[in-house]
Amino acid sequence: MISRFVRSAAPALIVGLGGLLLWEVTLQVLQPEGFVLPPPSEIIRAFFADFDEIWVATKNTGFIVVTGLVGGVILGVVWALLVSRFRLANETLTPLAIALNAIPIIALAPIFNAWFGLLSPVSNQSIVVILVFFPVFINTTKGLTEVGDTEIELMRSYAASEWEIARLVRVPNAMPFFFTSLKIASSLAVIGAIVAEYFGGRQDALGPLIVQNAGLTRYTQAWAAVLAGSLMGIVLYLLSGAFERASMPWRPAPETTGS
Amino acid sequence: MTETVSCAVSISGLSKVFNAGKPNEVRALEDIDLAIDEGTFVSLIGPSGCGKSTLLRLIGALTHPTAGEVCVNDKSADQARLDRDYGMAFQTSGLFKWRSVTENIELPLQLMGWSKQERKDRAAEMLDLVKLSEFADHYPREMSGGMRQRVAIARALSFRPSLLLMDEPFGALDEMTREHMQTEVLDIWKKTEKTIVFVTHSIPEAVFLSERVIVMSPRPGRIAADIPVDLGERVFETREAPEFFECITEVREALRFEGNAG
Ligand SMILES: Nc1ncnc2c1ncn2[C@@H]1O[C@H](COP(=O)(O)OP(=O)(O)O)[C@@H](O)[C@H]1O
Ligand SMILES: [Mg+2]
Repeated sequence: MISRFVRSAAPALIVGLGGLLLWEVTLQVLQPEGFVLPPPSEIIRAFFADFDEIWVATKNTGFIVVTGLVGGVILGVVWALLVSRFRLANETLTPLAIALNAIPIIALAPIFNAWFGLLSPVSNQSIVVILVFFPVFINTTKGLTEVGDTEIELMRSYAASEWEIARLVRVPNAMPFFFTSLKIASSLAVIGAIVAEYFGGRQDALGPLIVQNAGLTRYTQAWAAVLAGSLMGIVLYLLSGAFERASMPWRPAPETTGS
Repeated sequence: MTETVSCAVSISGLSKVFNAGKPNEVRALEDIDLAIDEGTFVSLIGPSGCGKSTLLRLIGALTHPTAGEVCVNDKSADQARLDRDYGMAFQTSGLFKWRSVTENIELPLQLMGWSKQERKDRAAEMLDLVKLSEFADHYPREMSGGMRQRVAIARALSFRPSLLLMDEPFGALDEMTREHMQTEVLDIWKKTEKTIVFVTHSIPEAVFLSERVIVMSPRPGRIAADIPVDLGERVFETREAPEFFECITEVREALRFEGNAG
């Protein structure tokens, strides 16, 4: 189990570490203006030096990310279920979803702050919800509707109701589509939360931490906060993958090919 | 109450037009009259697009006639579908990839509200019938095309429907698997005494399997010939018997005549 994980993660680790090494060496040897891009070693040092502050900020941003993600996923799934089940819902809610998605959502941040209060979490949560719901909605709808004719006709030959077809065929069929969208959504949620925090919300969160440090030309500390955001995105991505494997036992484990 | 069901399927004046009145109108079937006795094995054969699948789907109430009537077991096709009188199998197995072989076979039983134990017992019995008992817990992706079709047939039979409707179920299989499957279907037919309506575009397949071959002609789909096949018990040598080839020739002639006429 462990060895399989190591083997599957090894190429990525090697490439990643190689990239960091290249970055480090390039900066140490060429020594450009230090503040443009700090070497990774300094970012990591700053990460641990400011760990308490970063940890608090990560928890606060994480709250926005996770609540927004859950809200957006629920909204996207419910929306997809309605659209795939009811014609009227499809005709009204699909254009509405597309219109919502066409809004440059981040541009809403100042407006939401005016609506919900500058320090309220609701404004940033709303940004994340709107950002997340669309990919979940689009992918899940595809999974719910792209069911083979043979499968549907079989169900009808068993005199299955639309509800039974939805529960026993459409929903399981949509699972891989849903999890693909969940992986996209988890990264989007982190991006959305941090950018929304540039405009308002709690001040002890990752967004303000990046803005403040960058404003004080403490770029290394700003990068350390960015690192925390990246780690959060990776953790959410891995959790989505674990959740995916656990809920779809019929899917083969990804094969390790090559030597 | 004892009922004497004279006809498993009784079709009269049946027509089916798709996209009526539009530029892409298709007269898929016209003036079909057909009666199928209970327990018969009937094949529908004809060139691609002559309406075989449409006719089968009309019998199964998956689509509705433009004109005419379909009666199944002395009731409307729709009622028969609601009464679960049909088991269906298609060219693609239609197995659900998220369900194991057993769970696939249990699906219709689950819809009918059977208990877990009853479902399990029946699924095991069906797997035994199609000789796949050792694959009970496998997922469809782990099986060959022929095995999947056998599971699909087991599923279609699991709730003991009186009528089995099959649409080119072996169309995607290689010749050897196909012959093997034909023997198995005949075996199942003998054991279960179902009425079977079998769509195929293979003449030898139609002749080998059926007691009756319905030859259809295209544009619009009509019944061109109704050929009885009397080859007795099918055995390995049947495929090499002169009578077998005579029947094949007869069906081929009927098809050729229609091809030229159309
Ligand atoms: N749902 C449909 N809509 C429009 N045309 C259809 C539909 N189903 C079948 N047809 C047309 O009806 C004719 C008969 O089709 P089909 O029954 O599938 O033929 P076969 O099974 O003999 O190949 C074809 O011309 C086909 O294009
Ligand atoms: Mg067909």
